[in-house]
Amino acid sequence: MTITRRQTFMMALGASVAAAMPFRAFADASEDSIAAFTGGAEMGTEGLTLTAPEIAENGNTVPVEVSAPGAVSIMLLATGNPTPDAAIFNFGPLAASQTASTRIRLAKTQNVMAIAKMADGSFVQATQEVKVTIGGCGG
Amino acid sequence: MISRRDFLQASVAASAIIGASGFGRWGRLAAQQALTQDQLLQFDTYGNVSLIHVTDIHAQLKPIYFREPSVNLGVGPNKGEVPHITGADFRKLYGIDDGSASHYALSSGDFSALAQGYGKMGGLDRVATVINAIRADRPDAILLDGGDTWHGSMTCYETQGQDMVNVMNLLKPDAMTFHWEFTLGSDRVREIVQDLPFAAMGQNIFDAEWDEPSEDFKPYEFFERGGVKVAVIGQAFPYMPIANPGWMFPEYSFGIRDAHMQDMVNEVRGMGAELVVCLSHNGFDVDKKMAANVTGIDVILSGHTHDALPEPVLVGETIIVASGSNGKFVSRVDLDVRDGRMMGFRHKLIPIFSDVITPDAEVAKAIDAERAPFKDRLEEVIGRTDDTSLLYRRGNFNGTWDDLICNALLDQRDAQIALSPGVRWGPSILPGSDITREDIWNVTSMTYGKAYRSEMTGETLKLIMEDVADNLFNPDPYYQQGGDMVRVGGIGYKIDITKPIGERISDLTLLATGEAIDAATPYVVAGWASVNEDTEGPQIWDVVEDYIASQGTVSVPDNTNVVVVE
Repeated sequence: MTITRRQTFMMALGASVAAAMPFRAFADASEDSIAAFTGGAEMGTEGLTLTAPEIAENGNTVPVEVSAPGAVSIMLLATGNPTPDAAIFNFGPLAASQTASTRIRLAKTQNVMAIAKMADGSFVQATQEVKVTIGGCGG
Repeated sequence: MISRRDFLQASVAASAIIGASGFGRWGRLAAQQALTQDQLLQFDTYGNVSLIHVTDIHAQLKPIYFREPSVNLGVGPNKGEVPHITGADFRKLYGIDDGSASHYALSSGDFSALAQGYGKMGGLDRVATVINAIRADRPDAILLDGGDTWHGSMTCYETQGQDMVNVMNLLKPDAMTFHWEFTLGSDRVREIVQDLPFAAMGQNIFDAEWDEPSEDFKPYEFFERGGVKVAVIGQAFPYMPIANPGWMFPEYSFGIRDAHMQDMVNEVRGMGAELVVCLSHNGFDVDKKMAANVTGIDVILSGHTHDALPEPVLVGETIIVASGSNGKFVSRVDLDVRDGRMMGFRHKLIPIFSDVITPDAEVAKAIDAERAPFKDRLEEVIGRTDDTSLLYRRGNFNGTWDDLICNALLDQRDAQIALSPGVRWGPSILPGSDITREDIWNVTSMTYGKAYRSEMTGETLKLIMEDVADNLFNPDPYYQQGGDMVRVGGIGYKIDITKPIGERISDLTLLATGEAIDAATPYVVAGWASVNEDTEGPQIWDVVEDYIASQGTVSVPDNTNVVVVE
């Protein structure tokens, strides 16, 4: 078999992405939570809106909103926190909308992740990086 | 059939021709000592709506010298794109002749020499003349102020912004958005805003407790002009509580909130808006990304990053106009709006050459009245620049004004290391000139200017520098705050702007000993403009004044202590 230069490049890129993944903690604590919630099911990306600031004004209280029409349950994870589990919102059959907002504490710059369990048993996820900065020098 | 997109691009090309020929001509005419007000104002009125944009005046009532940056690096998708093109490259891009008036006004290079010939720029009395001339052509032109107006001078500080409010009211703006205004404190901002005879706007100004739009500011305002329903949506600086002290305005939350911006665009379109304008204090790269994310905005009038561009930048079907800072420019944008949409535009960035444009007498008188109680303090000469030192601020990593401020901190506060914020406001001082107290306040005045002195480990120092570098060089503009790299005194470093946070800064060296900065060792650090509420120390303008007075004549050589890798 011949490996082309392009394939080599792609492999190298894949390796470097894996090596550079900043969320090794995510693989431990967050992955357990995700596995418990989804049972290891595949996750789509359509139908769930996660709204969070790009840069937190105050890392101690970051407003986050999740919305997934038709969801029965939405889990919220702060993947870079020592304890990533932030919230699980359950929606009963009489819920007027499948939207919830809360405030979470973020220990550092990290990805906030939401996973929605839909009525048909499928799962979708959304992720956003929220930067926690010391700030100070706006011009 | 010509689609809307084709028409816009055709219009862009037309604007480029107007811009280039106009600029080139001014250059030659100026060389012949024939730059005239009529030529600066020449504009064939077009379409049915005119917008006038001023932004980031930073309380500069009087004409000033202001050197544009020679270093303004873009990252990610913005590498090598305007406004991240400077000096000779900028002139080549826009067809500007070396030594021309537009070279002097818009780009760096030969600044001190050209300043001698072309003189100071700006002055709100000259700005008033230009606005009045545009209104003579188009009486119902909409004047929009992009903010950073009530900050940046001694008179503004001492009157808590009232001098600027009084003078700007004479110019009769139609709407305004905000940034540094909030550093007056939220009580004072509300006090002024309640009496403003025009709209105070920001769709992204939210109530911090409820995370809902604040009732103190309007998201948008409608104007009926030339038979056209125009909606102007405000966008305040998104990162106010992070870049500036949040404790001064704790009731408010900001952020980019582009989903809410889309809701506002849809709302005004639903109410019949035929033209949607965003008056923005996002900064240029953030505006470019927002223009791509939000559909339905025709024009973004961009502020915050102090860029002066002779042509609009087109993103999708949105034109983005950047009008410079410190009163140097006024943008005029004429628009042809028909059948409920923007069909074309004509644009001119009008440079305010203060020796060419006649001051408006009423506004000139009002400015002098505002300054009168402070005249003696303002005009006192503290020292001089030597014959080779131009004091300027703009640049990603350093400016000679900031080098001087860092030297003042090291000397007057007996520190090993000095830190000075990478702000972009503050006029320049020519070589061989007096430095007055006003000049010092113009580059230091703020409501949180106390010069602290504390100990920091090398690790903390690096953490701060990495954090600020990421606010400037994060490849995603939504994670940038505008401003420049924190200025340092007493140390040197290397920065690789292509790396991620934590890996950009290296080779930190204490210049006094030539030794590497040690992570665990505490160093004595002096700085100013801390966002922490309990900061103690003398005001920075007093520190700088004492230092300049002690020096008599100041000399600030080129700074070679920062090595940049792109």
